[in-house]
Amino acid sequence: MSSIHATSLPTGHALREAIRRRERSAEEITRAALHDAESLQGPLHAYIRLLPERALERARRIDGLVRAGEPLGTLAGVPVAVKDLFCLQGEFTTCGSRILENFRSPYSATVVEKLEAAGAIIIGKTNMDEFAMGSSCENSAFFPTRNPWDTTRVPGGSSGGSASTVGARTVPIALGTDTGGSIREPASFCNIVGVKPTYGRVSRYGMIAFASSLDQAGPMTADVRDAADVLEVIAGYDPMDSTSVDVAVPPYASELPDDLHGVRIGIVAEFEASIAQGDAALAALYKQAYKDLERLGAQLVEVHLPHAQYGLATYYLIAPAECSSNLARYDGARYGRRVDGDGDVYAMFDRTRAAGFGDEVKRRIILGTYALSTGYYDAYYVRAQKVRTLIKSDFDSAFAECDVIACPAVSCPPFELGAKSQDPLAMYLMDYFTIPMSLAGIPALSIPAGYVSDLPVGLQIVAPAFHEGRMLAVAHAYEQATQHAAARIPAVRSEGARAS
Amino acid sequence: MQQAIERNVSYQPVIGLEVHVELATQSKMFCGCRNVFGAPPNTLVCPVCLGMPGTLPVINRRAVEFLCKTGMALGCDVAPFSKFDRKNYFYPDMPKNYQISQYDMPLTTGGSVRLASGKRIALNRIHLEEDTGKNIHAGTSMAASEYTLIDYNRAGVPLMEIVSEPHIATPEEAEQYLSALKSVLSYIGVSDVKMHEGSLRCDANISVRPAGTSTLGVKAEVKNMNSFRSVVRALRFEIERQTEALTSGERIIQETRNWDDARGVTYSTRSKEQAHDYRYFPDPDLVPLTLDDATLAQWREELPELPLDKRDRFIAEYGVSEYEAGILTEDRSAAEFFEAVARACGDGKQAANWMLGDVRRSLEKHSLTLATSPVRPAQLAELIRIVAAGQISGKAAKEVCDAVVAEGTDPQAVVAQRGLSQISDTEAVGAMVDDALAANPESVASYKGGKAKALEFLVGQVMKSSRGKANIDIVRELLRERLG
Repeated sequence: MSSIHATSLPTGHALREAIRRRERSAEEITRAALHDAESLQGPLHAYIRLLPERALERARRIDGLVRAGEPLGTLAGVPVAVKDLFCLQGEFTTCGSRILENFRSPYSATVVEKLEAAGAIIIGKTNMDEFAMGSSCENSAFFPTRNPWDTTRVPGGSSGGSASTVGARTVPIALGTDTGGSIREPASFCNIVGVKPTYGRVSRYGMIAFASSLDQAGPMTADVRDAADVLEVIAGYDPMDSTSVDVAVPPYASELPDDLHGVRIGIVAEFEASIAQGDAALAALYKQAYKDLERLGAQLVEVHLPHAQYGLATYYLIAPAECSSNLARYDGARYGRRVDGDGDVYAMFDRTRAAGFGDEVKRRIILGTYALSTGYYDAYYVRAQKVRTLIKSDFDSAFAECDVIACPAVSCPPFELGAKSQDPLAMYLMDYFTIPMSLAGIPALSIPAGYVSDLPVGLQIVAPAFHEGRMLAVAHAYEQATQHAAARIPAVRSEGARAS
Repeated sequence: MQQAIERNVSYQPVIGLEVHVELATQSKMFCGCRNVFGAPPNTLVCPVCLGMPGTLPVINRRAVEFLCKTGMALGCDVAPFSKFDRKNYFYPDMPKNYQISQYDMPLTTGGSVRLASGKRIALNRIHLEEDTGKNIHAGTSMAASEYTLIDYNRAGVPLMEIVSEPHIATPEEAEQYLSALKSVLSYIGVSDVKMHEGSLRCDANISVRPAGTSTLGVKAEVKNMNSFRSVVRALRFEIERQTEALTSGERIIQETRNWDDARGVTYSTRSKEQAHDYRYFPDPDLVPLTLDDATLAQWREELPELPLDKRDRFIAEYGVSEYEAGILTEDRSAAEFFEAVARACGDGKQAANWMLGDVRRSLEKHSLTLATSPVRPAQLAELIRIVAAGQISGKAAKEVCDAVVAEGTDPQAVVAQRGLSQISDTEAVGAMVDDALAANPESVASYKGGKAKALEFLVGQVMKSSRGKANIDIVRELLRERLG
C-alpha cells in the first residue's frame, strides 16, 4: 500500500479538505497512516506504540459526522502522532523511560483533548529521548529512532519520533515538546516545520515535565499552514495550568501572507560570527536563506544578543535543577516500575531509580541536585536566573529594532548515530542556537531551508512573546517562495520503493 | 558553646511553637478533591494530589483568603506579593517527593497572639503549604513494620504553619498561647482546630538557659503531641531533662524528639531523615501570588470581632466579670448566643448567670451543646424576664430552663403546662398568710416570744397550703408585717 498522500507532500489541510469533500474517508486515511507507520517502523523506529483500535474507532466517528453533515473540527480526520510524554487516558505513557514502561495514565493531557476535540486521529505515540533529555533520540530507553532522510543518521531530539514520522510523511502532523530545542532541532533534521510557542501559550497539563519553566508543547508539521492550524487548536489558557496565559488566540491560519513587504528581520551578529567559523556549506545556506527573505520584501537589520553565548551554561543549571525535583516522584511507591527494597523503603527508592533511569537522566538529576544544594544555590541557580533575565532583555532590545529574528536552527546537519553519544557536552552544544529563546520564553520555529550534502537544514524564525502569528507569517511566505521540503522525497521512501 | 555546670544555677525555659493548622476549605490546596476528615482511605484523591506524571498544581484561592484573614486577625503584615517554593525530600507519604510550601516569601510576617492574661506572644511568620498523606504502619514504625499502607486523602489538604518567636516562658503559657490561637481560628472560621483529628498540630522548640542570661541554649524540637495537655507535659519533661543534663555537666545536642504520651517522656528520633538539605527553590509550576488592595480590604472587612475584643466589650457593656466574659467568649457562637439573650432580656448579668449556670448544667445533663439544643436566645430571655417579674419561683425557673434547653418549648408554655406559675398577688397571698396565722397560734406565740425559727415554720405552712405556688419572698414579707 502507498502512503496516505497522492502528491509528494501530504498536508493536514489537504487531507481535511478531501474528507470534507467526501473524496476520502477518515477511516481509509487512518488505515493508510497506520499501515505506513507499521511498515516504516523497521527502518525508522519512530513509534513506541501505535493505537490502531482507538484511532480507527475515532476515524469512523468522524466519517459518521461527515455523512450526517455535522460541522467538522479543524483537524477532522487528520492522522496525527504524539510524543510519548503526553498523557492519554487508559494508554501507556512511557516518556521514553523504563521507569514508566508499564504506566497507563488515568487522565489525558489538555492538548491531547483539544486535538481530539478538533477531530484529529491520534494513531500512535512517538519515541523520544528519555524524559525529553537529549538531542538525538538515542537516549530513548527502548531504541533509537532514525532520520527518514538518511537512516544512518539521527532524527534529532528529544522529539525525534515525532519529527521522523512527519519527515517520512507518514502523518502530516505530530506533537512534540521543546525545552531547549527539542522541537526545532529535530524539525531541522527531518525537514519539517517545528514550532515552539511562547511559554504559557499552550497548556502543560498532562505533559510529563522535564523542566517546568521551559517545557512547551508545539506542532511539528508538513507545512506552515498545518502548524498554524494546530497551534490555533492547542493554544489558550487552561485553568489546570497556572503558568498558561489568558491571551486571546488569533486565527493564525487566516493571516498567512506570501510576501514580506514592510517586515524588519533581525540577523543576530553573534550567531553569524559563530556559524561563519563552522561548516562553510551550512554558512552559505543560511546566507542564501536571508537573501531569500530580503527578496520577498523584508528589510534585514543587524541585532545583538550579547548574553546568548551564556545560554547553554544557564540552561544546564536551570533545567537540571527543575528536573531533579520534577523526577523525584518516580520512586516506585505509587505507579511505574518498582524494584523491591528488601523491607527498606529508601532502598526501594534507590534501587527503583537506579534501575529505572538511564545515564543522561541520572546525570541531569545529579547536576540539578548539586545546583540546588545549600551553599551552591546562590552561586548556581540564582545566578543562572539572573543571566536568564539578561538574555530575556537582550531579546527585548533586539525586538525594538526588528519584527522577527531569523537565525540558524542548528550548527550542523543531522549526524550519524553514535557520533555524539559518548560526548555529553558535544550533544549539549547541539542546542546552542535554540536555548536562548527557550530561556527567554519567546516563540521560535524551524522551517526547511535547504540541504547540505543532501541532508536537510532548518532556518529558525523567532518572534516576541505571543507574536506567533508574525513568526508563522514570515515562515509561510518563505516556504511558499522556496518549497525546500516539497521539492524532494525522503530517502526512506525511495529506499522503500527500491525494496518493493 | 559553653554550658554552665554549677549546681546551684537555676534554668529558665525558652519556648517557641510551630502550629500546623489544616484549613477548612471545600477543596484541597492545589486540586479539586474534597477536603473532609474521616473518609475511607484513598477515596479523596485525583491525579494531581497523587503526583501523577504531568499534573500541575493550581492555588486554592479560599486557602489564601483563610490564611490572610488569620494574619489580619493576628496583626501580621500580609504580603501583597509572595511565592511558593518546593521543599525537596523523599518520604512515601509525599506523592511528589517534594512539598509545595513557602520559604523566603511567606504570605504573612510579624503579628502576635494575645493571651487571656494580656501578654502578647510575637509571631515570626505564617505560611501556606500542602499537607502530606498518612503512613499507616503494620507495626509501631516504618522500620519495624512488615508493610506500611499509605492513605493519600490528606495529601494536598491546605495547611497553614504559624511560627511563633521563642517568647513563650512556661509550659502553661504555651497552653494559653494554643488556646488563644485556637479561639481566634475558630472565630474566623478558617479551621476545625481539632487536635485529636490532626487539624491543629503543634511542634515545640525548647531550650533552657541560666536565669538572667540572654544567650539562647541548644534547642530540641519536640513533635508528636496530640493535645494541649500533652504539650504542657512534654514541655515540662523537656525542661527537667535539659536542666538535669546541664546541671550534671552534659551537653545538649540539637535534635528532634518525639513525645510518648503513654510513658510521659520524650525520646530522640535519631532518624536518618535528620540531615536534610531541602533544596528549596521557587516552584516553577506556580506563578507568584499577588494580592490587590481591594481584595485585602474586603477580607479585612469580613473579619469578625475577635474573642478577646469581645471579652473586653462584654465586661464593659454587660457588667460581667472578666472570668465570666472569658468563658462566654471562648466559642464564637456561644458568645453570640449570650449576647442575643442579654440584648433581648436587657440584663447581661442575669444572662451570664443563666448561661454559665443552669443552661450549662441542662446542656450537660441532656448531652447537648448550644449548637445541638433547640433552645433559642429569645426563649432564655423570656425565662429571665418572667423570673424577674416574679411570675415563677427560682425553683420552678430551673425546671422551666431544663425543659426549654431539652425541648425548645417556650417558657410560658412550660409554665402553663406544668402549672408553675407563682402567686405574687399580695391580696391572695395575704389571705393564705392570715389562714396560717389563725391555724397556728402556738407558733405565733413562740415567734413573738423570741423564737425566730417559728417564722420559717409559718412560711412552710403557707407554701404547703399554696402547693408551693405562693411567692416565697412575699409570704415572708407579709408574715413579718403581720407579726409586727
